[in-house]
Amino acid sequence: MIEIRNLSKWYGQTRVLADCSTHVAKGEVVVVCGPSGSGKSTLIKCVNGLEPFARGSITVDGVSVGDPGTDLPRLRARVGMVFQHFELFPHMSVEQNLALAQIKVLGRSKDEAAARGVALLDRVGLREHARKFPGQLSGGQQQRVAIARALAMDPVCLLFDEPTSALDPEMIGEVLDVMVELARTGMTMMCVSHEMGFARKVAKRVVFMDHGEIVEDAPAAQFFEAPASERARTFLARILHH
Amino acid sequence: MNYHWNWGIFLEQVKGGDETYLDWLLTGLGWTLAVSLTAWVIALTLGICIGALRSMPSRLPVMLGNAWVELFRNIPLLVQMFLWFFVMPEFLPRDWSLWVKQDMPAKEFLTAALCLGLFTSARVAEQVRAGVGSLPRGQRDAALALGLTLPQTYRHVILPQALRIVIPPLTSEFMNVFKNSSVAFAIGVLELTFQARQMQEDSEQGIETFLAVTLLYFICAFAANRGMVLIEARTRVPGLIARTG
Repeated sequence: MIEIRNLSKWYGQTRVLADCSTHVAKGEVVVVCGPSGSGKSTLIKCVNGLEPFARGSITVDGVSVGDPGTDLPRLRARVGMVFQHFELFPHMSVEQNLALAQIKVLGRSKDEAAARGVALLDRVGLREHARKFPGQLSGGQQQRVAIARALAMDPVCLLFDEPTSALDPEMIGEVLDVMVELARTGMTMMCVSHEMGFARKVAKRVVFMDHGEIVEDAPAAQFFEAPASERARTFLARILHH
Repeated sequence: MNYHWNWGIFLEQVKGGDETYLDWLLTGLGWTLAVSLTAWVIALTLGICIGALRSMPSRLPVMLGNAWVELFRNIPLLVQMFLWFFVMPEFLPRDWSLWVKQDMPAKEFLTAALCLGLFTSARVAEQVRAGVGSLPRGQRDAALALGLTLPQTYRHVILPQALRIVIPPLTSEFMNVFKNSSVAFAIGVLELTFQARQMQEDSEQGIETFLAVTLLYFICAFAANRGMVLIEARTRVPGLIARTG
């Protein structure tokens, strides 16, 4: 589903991604972790073309992302993305947030879009908040709406960019529950996350990055029990014991 | 002060005509409103477009937008009026030039409205660009990630938020339009300042005249301000009051 080959990217002289290769098969969950500044968020933003890259290739569902001829809006409509800071549109109600792209991008009617929105709000447990504005919701609720907004496009895969790191600790669980439930339904997911409990529970593989490189790309159990590199061991020791 | 006050002057007839001085001032007020409102429509439309261009990710639209703003911002308004009125027609193709000079209807009014509109559009563009710049970058990413095109992203996500943020500075631009419209008298628009000067010379009651005109300008600018405050309240987003202040 997602195939990343020899990806490199520079900001001026600084190399932020160094020859990264990995993949996510259909129905798989892959968790990307690593210290801050390691290039995880940049990597995941390359997947739907929000960040351009200098070298290498990415294909998503057979479509080449870096190809200048690619219709990026059309590709992005099929790849859902959930952001660290939710990025709901604050001037629109929850139901409008869910309906906007369904109507403008997929060409659904208002009624269709609204019905799909309500069904998804129900799924993330927020049906009664449809008329509220993002500013009236808690962080956890906003992130669940953001997931519903991504799902409303019927994506072939979902990208998560640190979906829980801007949340208060007591709200992390409600968002992870939704993500676990999604994983169980067979959704293809690539998640930048430090939630190792989540990774253990649903991830097929864990990709560990440091200084723009993919240091390890291993089955989840193996990564947690016997990380191959010293850097991964140090990282795990640090985040598991805090 | 040895001045003969006469507040009844406004109801007296002008010399050699059957209108009153009040009629003159009200006609002037009408033209002031016409020039200002037309200019404001031009300024808002162009200002929003140019401001959006200046916040685009690629370089060419930014350069075009910047050139626009610098052009209209760095020349005095009065000089711009003269440029549009006396100089521009000379550079048109011959037939157009003749038409503009001889046959164009409401030439003074249209020139003044266009000039003031373009001048103000540069200032509106500056505010709009600042408003767009104050939004978190994630908003653009989120809209694009949903498959919206860049124009759709601006139309539905970026501009509705940016414009709400810049309503207070836009309010002063709107008030400025009314005040700046007085410059139009220099190219012969029969607006409030023009009429006031005419009344001053005709009636020799300059103090009453200019006090009345001051009050009329004040009312216009103040009404513009109240109108914008009303719009600000109407467009306020629930749960977002703290952010827009």
